Amino acid sequence: MANDENYLTLQRVPGRGSLGEGGNDSTSAKLMETRHRAFSFARVHAITVNTLTELTRLKVFYVLLVFALLLIGSSIFMVQFTFQQEFQILKDVSLGAMSIFTSLLAIVATARLIPQDIEDRTVYTILSKPVPRLEYLLGKIAGVLLLLAISTLVMSAVFLLVLYTREQAVLQATIRHMSAGPRGQLEDAIRAVHASAFNIDLAPGVVIIYLKACLLAALTLFVSTFATTNIFTIVVMVFIYFIGHLQATAREYWLQAHSSGVLTRIFLALVALLFPDLQAFNLVDDIVAGTAISLGLFFKTSLLGIFYTTIYTLLAAVVFYGKEL
Amino acid sequence: MIRVFLVFVALLVLGALKLPIERDLTALHRQEHFRGVEFNLDLREKLGQLGFIAALSGFRAIVADGLFIQANVAWERTEWGRVLLLFQQITTLQPRVIMFWDMAAWHMAWNASVAAMNDKSQPRLALRVKAQREYFALGKDFLERGIKNNPDRYKLYEALARLYKEKYKDHERAAEFYGKAAAFPDAPSYEQRFSAYALSYCDGREQEAYERLRQLYDEGPQERLPTLITRLKFLEDKLGIPKDQRIPDKER
Repeated sequence: MANDENYLTLQRVPGRGSLGEGGNDSTSAKLMETRHRAFSFARVHAITVNTLTELTRLKVFYVLLVFALLLIGSSIFMVQFTFQQEFQILKDVSLGAMSIFTSLLAIVATARLIPQDIEDRTVYTILSKPVPRLEYLLGKIAGVLLLLAISTLVMSAVFLLVLYTREQAVLQATIRHMSAGPRGQLEDAIRAVHASAFNIDLAPGVVIIYLKACLLAALTLFVSTFATTNIFTIVVMVFIYFIGHLQATAREYWLQAHSSGVLTRIFLALVALLFPDLQAFNLVDDIVAGTAISLGLFFKTSLLGIFYTTIYTLLAAVVFYGKEL
Repeated sequence: MIRVFLVFVALLVLGALKLPIERDLTALHRQEHFRGVEFNLDLREKLGQLGFIAALSGFRAIVADGLFIQANVAWERTEWGRVLLLFQQITTLQPRVIMFWDMAAWHMAWNASVAAMNDKSQPRLALRVKAQREYFALGKDFLERGIKNNPDRYKLYEALARLYKEKYKDHERAAEFYGKAAAFPDAPSYEQRFSAYALSYCDGREQEAYERLRQLYDEGPQERLPTLITRLKFLEDKLGIPKDQRIPDKER
């Protein structure tokens, strides 16, 4: 692993000698101490690559991915509808499948990271080297985020392929049926087919699906730092997932003073303060419906996603620093 | 233990910090027509428990599609009550999908109303007509609510104009809604023509209709379509337009 290499590199600094090469032990130790950087991207990178390799070897990853791809691919058979209905359902099902599977993958893949490393005792090997716990966690989460990015890209590619195939088939059928009619009508029909199929706003929609998965991965990492088993983490995350989708409703009820009881108000306040607003990342339904997403809205939503992901990762690091291993 | 307490406090503090950001973002989402669905008891009653949970989990589009497929099956079986109920659920879940409002209105005002008129189990014509009118009203209601949810799109204005024209024979209202559809920058050019055609059937507004049709005619050959010429000739005769101001006879 690169962190081992990093450690070895420190031992073989050219011209300075290394441990056991006639140098004074305390000088060498001091040298090592000064050469060891508090934060190293190389070490984080090494853990990231290792985590990604581990995760891609998981059978659950392939099962989820194949299931998602099958669901997206099956949309091609909805030909008995009109093209507007067909494209609407195709996009809804495909993006819904992407949302479900990236969220599931984020939770399932992250939940096992720390408990598995503790069980395999890998965490002791890594942390006994000069690797800060923050770097270890960053490497782990970066590995998951990379896996999520790859899965999202693969699913998006299949989705676009299915959409393009169906669009071409519908276009050919339209041209065949309307070739005898006025040119203007044919152009209108072709324009209608194009407008119903691909919409550039789908791209930010997919990015927001990915950000929601990143948020869930970071939150799962945070939960897993104080959980003892991955089953516990997954169950807690399922509850958080549902509560997170209700957070906005709880927040509005709390702030608008709809509820009267003190206990109810405290409960609503806790839900509003402790949980993320997951509904903020469910924009894709409206995007498929044709609502245009402005650049400002996209950036603000993305920033909120990045904010949550960063905060939960940092909180996970704080808890992990105090964890007795 | 202290660390856990500190993390809890940090979560609360960060929660308080994120609160205004989340509220602003929600307001911005609503302003730009996102997150239009309110998750309340009314929706829960309409959807049932499972549907509500699925919708709540961020899968309302998929739930709506499932219900849409069920509505298609109900339509094939001519179960109009079920079609109505399902489309009420669908449009509640996906208020921004124009197609669902349009389909709901079409099923009610065109299919169900015709089925009501042809209902052999109802021997009294008055009751059949009453049922037909009720279905027209249901179709109109879907389109009006659809417009309320999508005031930024022209298609439902066009659908409502068509309903007024074909079902209520109310050409004045049809002209008004075709006109509203035509005002959108992305509306097709026929909206202007349709508005003028509908106006040409309104008693007392012939002059206005003539001026609009003539204006379209003067725009060039692409607007000189058979219906436009026929309506223009009809109005020229009706209004007694001088010969030298009329469009050439060869266009007739």
